[in-house]
Amino acid sequence: MTAMLEMRGVSKSFAGVRALRDVNFTVNAGEIHALVGENGAGKSTLMKVLSGVYPAGQYEGIIVFDGEERRFRDINDTERLGIIIIHQELALIPLMSIAENIFLSHPPSWLGVIDRDEVYRRTRELLAQVGLRESPDTLITDLGVGKQQLVEIAKALSKKVRLLILDEPTASLNEADSAALLDRLLAFRAQGIASILISHKLNEVARVADRITVLRDGRTVDTIDCRSEPIEEDRIIRSMVDRDLAHRFPERQAGIGEPVLTVEGWSVQHPLHPERQVIKNVDFEVRRGEVVGIAGLMGAGRTEFAMSLFGRAWGKSIRGRVRLDGRDVDLSNVPAAIDAGLAYVTEDRKQLGLILADDVRKNITLASLYQVASHGVIDDIKELKAASDYRNRMRIRSQDVYQEAGTLSGGNQQKIVLSKWLMTDPKVLILDEPTRGIDVGAKYEIYTIINELAEAGRGVVVISSEMAELIGVCDRIYVMNDGAFVGEFAGSDASQEKIMRAIMRNDRLRSKVRGSDSRVGEIQA
Amino acid sequence: MTDKTVSLPEEKRHAGFIRNNLRNYGMLLSLFAIMLFFQVMTDGTLMQPLNLTNLVLQNSYIVIMALGMLLVIVTGHIDLSVGSVAGFIGAVAAVLMVHYHLDFPLAVVACLIVGAVIGAAQGYWVAYFGIPSFIVTLAGMLVFKGLALAVLQGQSVGPFPPTFQKLSSGFITEMLPDIGTLHPTSLLIGIVLALALVYAGAKSRAREVSHGIEVEPYALFFAKSVALACVVLYFTYLIASYRGFPNVLVIMAALIALYGFVTRRTVIGRHIYAVGGNAKAAKLSGIKTERLTFFTFVNMGVLAALAGLVFAARLNTATPKAGTGFELDVIAACFIGGASAYGGVGRVGGAVVGAMIMGVMNNGMSILGVGIDYQQVIKGLVLLGAVCFDVYNQRR
Repeated sequence: MTAMLEMRGVSKSFAGVRALRDVNFTVNAGEIHALVGENGAGKSTLMKVLSGVYPAGQYEGIIVFDGEERRFRDINDTERLGIIIIHQELALIPLMSIAENIFLSHPPSWLGVIDRDEVYRRTRELLAQVGLRESPDTLITDLGVGKQQLVEIAKALSKKVRLLILDEPTASLNEADSAALLDRLLAFRAQGIASILISHKLNEVARVADRITVLRDGRTVDTIDCRSEPIEEDRIIRSMVDRDLAHRFPERQAGIGEPVLTVEGWSVQHPLHPERQVIKNVDFEVRRGEVVGIAGLMGAGRTEFAMSLFGRAWGKSIRGRVRLDGRDVDLSNVPAAIDAGLAYVTEDRKQLGLILADDVRKNITLASLYQVASHGVIDDIKELKAASDYRNRMRIRSQDVYQEAGTLSGGNQQKIVLSKWLMTDPKVLILDEPTRGIDVGAKYEIYTIINELAEAGRGVVVISSEMAELIGVCDRIYVMNDGAFVGEFAGSDASQEKIMRAIMRNDRLRSKVRGSDSRVGEIQA
Repeated sequence: MTDKTVSLPEEKRHAGFIRNNLRNYGMLLSLFAIMLFFQVMTDGTLMQPLNLTNLVLQNSYIVIMALGMLLVIVTGHIDLSVGSVAGFIGAVAAVLMVHYHLDFPLAVVACLIVGAVIGAAQGYWVAYFGIPSFIVTLAGMLVFKGLALAVLQGQSVGPFPPTFQKLSSGFITEMLPDIGTLHPTSLLIGIVLALALVYAGAKSRAREVSHGIEVEPYALFFAKSVALACVVLYFTYLIASYRGFPNVLVIMAALIALYGFVTRRTVIGRHIYAVGGNAKAAKLSGIKTERLTFFTFVNMGVLAALAGLVFAARLNTATPKAGTGFELDVIAACFIGGASAYGGVGRVGGAVVGAMIMGVMNNGMSILGVGIDYQQVIKGLVLLGAVCFDVYNQRR
């Protein structure tokens, strides 16, 4: 078997954070090669290097395709060779037809006038190849996600694909659609088209993959040849999560008290698809001085849960009972939630947490301006003192409090957001991915701050995709999957394998239930 | 990306200081340059007391609306209807006072309330339904242009009662004995104002020093205060040597002071900038973004109504064409004054200076006999140039 693609010694860093270290990865002609790993293990980054999203020069290492070393400048270079990537977020234009989408960039044309007959003829051919029975005129917005995925694949075929990269293609598909998609990959393999499949679902990987490569912390840690050795799920899971703790965690004296936040029967519907229940009848508790973690994969509903709790900032038809310090509280809008003593540090600092063009001072005081104002008039000296005080306490490294927040590093920006919420003097802080995009040193400082908050008697909730982090800082960990808690561990008792297993087991269960669900749905449609 | 948190060397900090001040004072310097240019080109006509007074009267309604427009633009929206609303309110005022003989104060209050209702009607769709303000106010522009025609039945209505005319063409009452050609009351007010400004500046600086906050060097502060006092006194002298302060200048100055204070010093002002800077982050910080947007439109409606009254009083008649094109001058004033079309950035002082730049150019070019055709071309280019300068400045 000849190697079609060989990536040798590929490394890539972002702002000093190493995302890939010396990765070696090969794909043979006509094989399906699965790429697995935790969130943030570097799978997507590796694929972006391969597909030319990060051009030559922005990474170290060598890419050999068809026996020749290649230096891709952009995605056009890779597409010319037949390397096509289908991202998790589909890149289709919703209000255009299937045919228009497939031939968006290079429609068959004469003197710039599109040859519509040719477009339709070829679209029909491609749709037949991917097994999609729809008119070329159908708008993308009228198709379900599974069918949209097939349109993406048809688009890839139109570009004479030789290596197809699919980034979590079945993440939002039901069992039947997933099976259909995987069957396509098997059919392509028979035609000599190679595929790279990124997936979290090990049962699917086991079904179609010829080889499996495991990525962890930006390194390749294991490659399994499925044709010569049996696939052991345990071995894959262990490879995915087992690691020496790359960062250590500061010590904390646990002084856990009475329950401060109690949530019972919390249910939330999707704001745009009211029939979809995103959070399913969840019970949740945080005690004084306790750090509680919520583990789960992307899309498990952790952020949705937190934001729905925080003044119904997300979701519709929210039901459930919330008590703070044993008393029922009104959390019907964000100001009420803040008054009640809740704070939410968003996972998306730049879009939702900060006003980047404003200075450190204005960002810190934004949620509690009335503290530094009398009769609605801001006392600028009081404000300056409060901001400077937090800048010192949180060790925010900036020239002064007048520096624009957008010019600071991720760790310092995170400390500004934490300051903003500390200033509201909350009883419970929910921190959503508090260390995402932050270098190791700043991570340690954030952990220290979390410990200080707990020691001061506040309840702290940490949502994180890094399981090692949760195990390192939390007293108790909930595991969330598909909008429900599927496991709960004491911090001392939790391990990455246990968490991963809780997620995976439930995933398989859900696939079975979903499969029967979707058939009912299709008959109705 | 390199870590920018390390402290900068001294000369770089100095450069940053100059650059920031260039941004803040650049437009003010441009205004002075433009005034100087026309002063020379018109052989001194521009700054003659009569012309200066006219300049104030001609631009008062633009400045008044620019205050409201600035808030709308800072929240990230636009209001295209202000010209039509001003025209419509002028028509309503005429009908109330001329046809129905309603008292002048009652009619004014009624008109301001109608303005608030118009602003609320438009702001409701923008704030609570998320309809783009461009579309809502474009519709409003057509609606109120049409309603103005309907209310006036296609005719000009006037003249207004003399007390109402005073709103625009009146001057503050002289309370002191006559001293030659100067109006002493105006002169006194000007002197008091100059002293008050310098005193307020010195007091706030002293307060900052006492709290150990870094302030600008004393020499710079002193020079700035002297320059400010001189400018205020000089303009007071010029205006006092014609007929004293116009009533509308007093209204305008009070409004500028009020809006300057609200935007810089109050919680509401800070919240408005936060909504424009990052609406989602503001909302998650507990700011009632929808309500704030709604009230900026209500405020705009009231100020457009006031501007409509001032304009009608100045013409002494309400015509169906009144207000046409005002929105463009008002929006241009805000952008020339450094407001950002993306929201979150803009100062009251900037919008006022922007309005004055437009006003001085109109006036100066008219004195020079530049045709209305090329006046528009030049104004358009100045708008583009000012915004390009701003964008260039930000990129550096």
